[in-house]
Amino acid sequence: MSILAVERLDVRHGLLQAVRDVSFSVAKGEIVALVGANGAGKTTLLRALAGAHVPAGGSIRFNDRDVTRVPSHRRSAMGIALVPEGRRLFAQMTVDENLLLARAAGRTGAWTLEAVIAAFPNLEKRRKARAGTLSGGEQQATAIGRALITNPELLLLDEVSLGLSPLAVDRVYASLATLMSSGTTIILVEQDLSRALKVADRVMCMLEGRIVLAGRARDLAREQITDAYFGLSRGRGSAA
Amino acid sequence: MMVWVNQLLQGVLLGGYYALIACGLSFMYGVMRIINLAHGSLAVLAAFALFVLADQYGISPFLGLLIVLPAMAVIGWLLYRGVLGRSLRGGLLLPLLSTFGLSIVIDNLLFQTFGADTRSLAPYIGSLSYDSWSITDDIFVGRLAALTFAAAVVILGGLQVFMSRTSLGRAIRAVAEDADTVGLVGIDANRVNAIASAIAMVAVGIAGAFLAMRATFDPYAGPPQLIFAFEAAVIGGAGSLWGTLLGGIVLGLAQSIGAQIIPQGFLIAGHVAFLVVLLARLYRGGFRLGRRPAA
Repeated sequence: MSILAVERLDVRHGLLQAVRDVSFSVAKGEIVALVGANGAGKTTLLRALAGAHVPAGGSIRFNDRDVTRVPSHRRSAMGIALVPEGRRLFAQMTVDENLLLARAAGRTGAWTLEAVIAAFPNLEKRRKARAGTLSGGEQQATAIGRALITNPELLLLDEVSLGLSPLAVDRVYASLATLMSSGTTIILVEQDLSRALKVADRVMCMLEGRIVLAGRARDLAREQITDAYFGLSRGRGSAA
Repeated sequence: MMVWVNQLLQGVLLGGYYALIACGLSFMYGVMRIINLAHGSLAVLAAFALFVLADQYGISPFLGLLIVLPAMAVIGWLLYRGVLGRSLRGGLLLPLLSTFGLSIVIDNLLFQTFGADTRSLAPYIGSLSYDSWSITDDIFVGRLAALTFAAAVVILGGLQVFMSRTSLGRAIRAVAEDADTVGLVGIDANRVNAIASAIAMVAVGIAGAFLAMRATFDPYAGPPQLIFAFEAAVIGGAGSLWGTLLGGIVLGLAQSIGAQIIPQGFLIAGHVAFLVVLLARLYRGGFRLGRRPAA
């Protein structure tokens, strides 16, 4: 059964059409990697799924409910969480406060404040520190933790490795590994293709607002994806 | 010598009153970046409501607050839903214009209803309006002034605790920092702002009560109160709650000291203190009305 079904989605920034006629579905427990060049529409697509950006056309169904017009705060109560690009932490508030805020979604489950701190041990010493003073890796851990406290069924991760040292990226992915094996459905945007292929069940490649290639990670050759990434395979790889 | 001690003491107490009237203004600016130009008029509206309850129904102003404050909260909620929330979407200037218009509407409706008579709640609070404690033979502390100062400390302190300790307070701070992101963690920014606006109006209602008890008011008494509130809020760094108390005290002290130097110096000294602080901030380059979140 699919947890998420997107039909003919169009999303605009004013005159710019960032997402064009995108359709796909995601099965429960699946991990989907969304790849594509800068400006391909990945972030806009994730923001539309989270309700942070109202689509111009098409529909989004989550657990068989039409959520296309549902505002973001109600979507997080339904179980969709986004770790936004640039983390978007509340810089003046402490790590604990940032995490506690996400209780507003009203969803209880395995992810409590203590569980998040246990999953990201690098936060333990910084709990009373303002989020604005954290290192990049600590900020990313806080942003992921904040999304987890809503106990999401569908977790959207936008460029979690952006701006982090390779060591910090390893640490973030190590903490995500438990999450990934726990059955949470995940859509992640990742620039590092080999990492994306390693963790994902399925890969979708976006180019100029469309999905130009989609398939199971193990069936796709690296060249196929890079061709789609740079738009060299137009006409060959069609949207799934 | 005793004269100066007395002036300093009275100045601090007067500062409590200014902090009290600045509280709602500063809170609303801190949370929504709205400078509510109808602030003074809304305080006078609350004062008239208390006056009607006392005059027509014989309800003491302190009991009257139990009726007026919930009503002010409802007004605050409606104000956000009807005016502030909508105008906020149109940029920073629009809330200024809409609240300015609102103040004109409120002032003139009050004038039409109550006429130009000057009123006070002092006759309805027994001897509280003139009772005092004598500290020495020369220094007396008015009970109402002390009560006003205590109310300012309790309200500003209470708001501070509320903002840092409760989940609603955290949500209000989060909305103040980044209203676009709070939805992602399940917070409805509009609902939180409407509640914050209701809280601000409760503070305005309390300010209106003290305004009406300690002095007189008429339908056009709002705008001058707005000026004092604005000065106190800016001196203290608008949006900061303890800063507002400090700002009120600086303004009150400046006015008292000014009046001691020249009898007409009361208002001038207050305005000078305000301008000095404002220019000092401009000069330092750190001209920030309150604490903008770091990017």
